Amino acid sequence: MADLPELAELAELGIGIDVGGTNTDAVVLGSDGRVMAKAKRPTTPEVTEGLRAALDAVLAELGDARHRVTRVMLGTTHATNAILERRNLGRVAVLRLGAPATTSVPPLSGWPGDLRKAVSAGEAIVPGGHYVDGRAIRPPDLGAIRRFLDGVEAEAVAVTSVFSPASGEHERLVEELVRAEYGLPVSLSHEIGSLGLLERENATVLNAALYGVAAHVTGALVAALAERDLRARPYLAQNDGTLMTLEHAARLPVSTIGSGPANSLRGAAYLSGVADAIVVDVGGTSTDLGVLAGGFPRESAAAVEIGGVLTNFRMPDILAIALGGGTVVRDRGIGPDSVGYRIVQEALVFGGSTPTITDAAVAAGRIPADGEGWRARMGDMSEGIRDTLERAVAVADEMVIDAVDRMALGKSDRPLVAVGGGAFVLPERIPGAGRVIRPEHAEVANAVGAAIALASGRVDTILPAGDSRSEAIERAKEEAAARAVAAGADPSAVEIVDLLEVPLSYLSEPAVRVHVKAAGPLAR
Amino acid sequence: MSDIPALARGCAVLGTGGGGDVRTGSLAAARAIREYGEVPLVRLADLADDALIVPLSGIGAPTVSHEMIHSEDEPKRIAEEIERLFGRPPSAVMSSEIGGSNGVAPVAWAAQLGLPLLDADGMGRAFPEVQMVSMYVAGLPADLVIMTDVAGNVVTIRPVDGLWSERLARAVCVAAGSSALMADYVITAAQARGAVIEGTVTRALEIGRATEGTSPTGARAADPLRALQDRLGAARLITGKLTDVERRTTGGFVRGTATIEGTGDDRSRTVTLELQNENLVAVEDGRVLAMVPDLITVVDTETAAAIQTEGLRYGQRVTVLAWPCDPLWRTPKGLETAGPRAFGYELDYVPVEELTAHG
Repeated sequence: MADLPELAELAELGIGIDVGGTNTDAVVLGSDGRVMAKAKRPTTPEVTEGLRAALDAVLAELGDARHRVTRVMLGTTHATNAILERRNLGRVAVLRLGAPATTSVPPLSGWPGDLRKAVSAGEAIVPGGHYVDGRAIRPPDLGAIRRFLDGVEAEAVAVTSVFSPASGEHERLVEELVRAEYGLPVSLSHEIGSLGLLERENATVLNAALYGVAAHVTGALVAALAERDLRARPYLAQNDGTLMTLEHAARLPVSTIGSGPANSLRGAAYLSGVADAIVVDVGGTSTDLGVLAGGFPRESAAAVEIGGVLTNFRMPDILAIALGGGTVVRDRGIGPDSVGYRIVQEALVFGGSTPTITDAAVAAGRIPADGEGWRARMGDMSEGIRDTLERAVAVADEMVIDAVDRMALGKSDRPLVAVGGGAFVLPERIPGAGRVIRPEHAEVANAVGAAIALASGRVDTILPAGDSRSEAIERAKEEAAARAVAAGADPSAVEIVDLLEVPLSYLSEPAVRVHVKAAGPLAR
Repeated sequence: MSDIPALARGCAVLGTGGGGDVRTGSLAAARAIREYGEVPLVRLADLADDALIVPLSGIGAPTVSHEMIHSEDEPKRIAEEIERLFGRPPSAVMSSEIGGSNGVAPVAWAAQLGLPLLDADGMGRAFPEVQMVSMYVAGLPADLVIMTDVAGNVVTIRPVDGLWSERLARAVCVAAGSSALMADYVITAAQARGAVIEGTVTRALEIGRATEGTSPTGARAADPLRALQDRLGAARLITGKLTDVERRTTGGFVRGTATIEGTGDDRSRTVTLELQNENLVAVEDGRVLAMVPDLITVVDTETAAAIQTEGLRYGQRVTVLAWPCDPLWRTPKGLETAGPRAFGYELDYVPVEELTAHG
C-alpha cells in the first residue's frame, strides 16, 4: 500500500506566468492550492527573456519539486503590443460574404492608415451571408472567392459573413476551400465576435494578423519548457479569465488580449476567497479597476478599441486610471506621467529625487509589508514637500473613490480587494465599497489568476423565441460545452457559467439573442 | 460638406437619445465622398420650384442594421423609380430625420447619386415613426412611399394617409429582412417651402464643431459643455450622475427610465427621464421640466458628447439639456402627431422655455 505523504509529494504543481507592461510575474501553486514560490522580474523588450527569468526564479525556489510541475499557464501582452506597435503582424486577405448587401461600408473602413497598411493584403466583398431569419442572401460565390485569393499575397485569410453568429456555414465553407486549395490559415468571424458586422470583422482581421505572433509565443513557451526539462502542458490565458490549449490559442490569438486584467481579477478572487467584489489592481503607471461577479470578471457591454480599431469580442469591464505607485507628484496635482520601472532609482523612498505616489503614501503612513526603512530613507522633508505629498494622497484617494463608485453601480456593500505591486497606496476605507481586503501574495495576483484558470467555450447567436426556444437553447449550451472541451476542459466537469437571453424587436418571427458560456477545470 | 465627424457629433446631439448610432453612417459617408467626390449643400431657396427632393432614411431594427449594412446600390434604385414615376430625376437628397444615423448617412446617399444635399430635414430631431415628419404635419398628402432592400427589390406604396404609410412601410421592412432604405414623400421644392425644417444640416455641423471645442482659430474651447449649451440655446436641466437605468422592450420599442442625481450646484436634486428610443419627458419631484416634441439630450459633462439611450450606464457624469423644437411641432397637428399624448403620456404640452423660466 502506498504511503500517503509520498503520494502528496508526487502531487502535481502548476506554474502561472503573467507578462505585464512593467513586470513579468510567476507563481507555483501546489496541489493544495497554496502559493509555493513566486517571483517578479522586469518585462524585457524581447518579452520572452523576462518570461524565462521569472520561470527560472520560481524553478530555483522549487528545487527538486520542479519535476512535479504538470502545467504552465501563460498570460501575455505579446498580441496587444504587436497591434499597438504594428510589429510582426501577418498580411491578411480580408473577405466579406454579404454582397449585394454591406457594400456601402467596405472592410477596414475607419482603420488607422498605418495599421491597415501593415495588415491588409487586399479586401473583397463577395456574394454570400444570411438574413436575420436565416435565409441566405446569396449562395457563396466560390469563383469570386478564388479570383480574389489568386490576386493577393497573404499569410492568412479573415472571413466575415453577414449574420454568421446565427448562421456560420458560409464561413466554414470558405475555410474548407481556402485550406484545401491555398493551404492558408483562416480566421472565422463567428468564432471570434458577436453581432455587429464591422466590429466583428475588425476583430477577425486582427486575429488573422496575429497568427505569426501566436506561433512565436507558443514556440518560445514550448522551447523554454523543453530547455528546462519540464514535462508540463502549456496553456495560454484569455480575456475572460479562462485558459486555452496552444492549438486553440494558435487559432484565436486575439483572445489573449485582455488576459492581464482578467487574470488579476481571477487571482484576486482566489487569494481573497471572495467571489463578488471590486478589484483594484495598482501597478506602476496605472490602476485597473474591475468587478468580480461569481468569481469571473464582469464583461464590458460596450465595443472595445484595440490599436485604434473598434472590436466587439468580449473583454473584462475595466476602468483604468492614470494613477500608479510611480505616478509623479508635483506642486499642483499628480501625474499622469509616471517614473514607471525607474521607480527603484527615482522615488524618494529609494533615495531618488522624484516625489511619487509611493512617497506620498509612505509619508501618510501607508507602508508595504516589505517596506522597512522606506520612511527613514525619505529623510527630513521641508514643510513645502510635506504639504505637496499630503495633497497628492488626497487627490489620489479621490481618484480611487470616484473610480470605485463608477464601477460599483450603486452597490456599496461589495468588498474591495486590493492587489498589485502598489496596493499599499490605497487607503484603509473607501466610500462606495465594503471592507478593504489585502490578501497575501496580492502583488502576484495576475500570475495566480493564470495558474488557477479554467478552460471555457462560448456561443453567441440568434434563436427562435417560439416553441422551439428551449430546445434551441439546449443545443447552444451543448455547443458551448463542446467548445470548452475543445479548449482543454475536462468533459465530465464542464458547467454552464453564464446564460444571457435578450429578446429582439422588429423581426418577422419572434427571436432571442442568446449568449452561453461554459467552463470547467483542465483535463488531466 | 466634408466635415463628417462634426456632422456626426451634431446629429448625435439632435438624436435626443435615439435615431441610431452615427458610426456606420459616418464610415459610409466618408467613403462615398472619397469615391464620388464632395457633396454640395444647397438651400431650399436655391432650387427651382419644380425640382424634386427625395427625403431618404434607413428603416429597421438596430440589431439588424449593425449587421446588415446598406448596399451601395439602394439610393440609385430609388432615384430610378422616381424618374419612372415622375418623368424626371430627383434634384436633391434630403435627410428625413437629422437626429442620429439618418442625419449622417444621407451624405453617402447624395454622393452615390451625384446629387446635392438639401440643408433641411423632416424632423429637426429624431422620432421613431414614419408619419412623424414635418411634411405630414404641414398637410402634404402621404401618398407615396418607395422602399428598396439589399437584394434589389423595389416596393412603391400608395398609402391613404401617414398612419398607413407607417404600418405598410413597417411590414415591407420586416419582409425585407428588417432593413431597408425608404423615400417617404417625394416633394417639389415648391411643396417643400414651409413643409420642411430648414438649416438643420448646418445646425448639426455647428453643434458638432461646438462640442469639438474648436474655434475658427483652432484653439480648443475651455468648456465644450458651455459652448454646446450656448449654441443650442438650451436650458440645463441638471448636472449629475446617472444612478439608475431601467429598460424594457415592448411593442418594438425600448422603453425605460433613467435617473440622474445632481452633483455640485445641483446636489440633492433628482431628475428622471422617460425614454422610448428617444428621451421624451424630464421630471423632477413630479414636476415636468421638459417634454416631447421639445428636445432633451443627455451629454457627457466633460466632453459634451451626446449619449444615446442605449449607451446610458450607471455612474456616467452627465448633463441634461433641453431646448425648443421647431415651431411646426407646436401647432395643433404637430402636437397631435408627436406631442406627449402621441407617446402615451397624459400631459398637456407646455413649451420648455416656460417650464424652465422660473426653475
